[in-house]
Amino acid sequence: MTLKDVVDIVQGTVLCGQQSLDREVHLGFASDLMSDVLTLLEDDILLITGLSNNQAVRTAEMSDIMQILFVRNKRPTQGMIDLAKEHGITIITTGYSMFRASGLLFSHGLKPVY
Amino acid sequence: MQVSYEVKAGDFSRAGHVSSTVKGLMKQLAISPVLIKRIIVALYEAEVNVVAHSYGGTIACTIEPDTVAIEVRDTGPGIPDLELAMTEGYSTATPEVREMGFGAGMGLSNIRKNADTLHIDTGADQPTVITMQFSLLHEVNHA
Repeated sequence: MTLKDVVDIVQGTVLCGQQSLDREVHLGFASDLMSDVLTLLEDDILLITGLSNNQAVRTAEMSDIMQILFVRNKRPTQGMIDLAKEHGITIITTGYSMFRASGLLFSHGLKPVY
Repeated sequence: MQVSYEVKAGDFSRAGHVSSTVKGLMKQLAISPVLIKRIIVALYEAEVNVVAHSYGGTIACTIEPDTVAIEVRDTGPGIPDLELAMTEGYSTATPEVREMGFGAGMGLSNIRKNADTLHIDTGADQPTVITMQFSLLHEVNHA
């Protein structure tokens, strides 16, 4: 699915990276633990997290993850958005819970990493 | 090429800044993305450890044509039981560190998984020095 599809499915809002909404993403990983994210070898991942601080964006950067979906209506700071823009990372937010967002995306074809 | 950087204790707003800088350098040197990811994940975990657990320290990276060597050195307080600290799931992280998304007891084992060689010199009330090496052989992108 494309990031545009992700936005539609979770009724999300795009905070940065609008120019990349045509980008395809095939895998999803939901976690608030960044060390778990850092164990992943795949790049083509949508990170689904409720951890709204700099380290979520930093971890995405280190892991070559180009898209983050913040759940539970978490609002990234301007510093996080600026950091994401610097590295071409798209940030989407949704009011849905992590379970609901993950379940909907899974049912629409987003695959688990494992 | 050798570069070194200071890492301040407790400065979570900048945790990852050194790793990001080194990643940029490696991209310029056309090191393969797969290898960069392994190196940077290990370095980032180590950098977060210095911020989260130490009194502060330095990170030195030496990039040669066939190897990358990274030394992460802090000024204490050291790890009293290294074997325990290397156990997945064991952590002494504070609530503040956990709020940052770390402190799950995965950091050192994640470093060990990614580095080709890893040496940790530490002890109670001592500095901790982590030395890791990565081979670039067969991984260098000549494109």
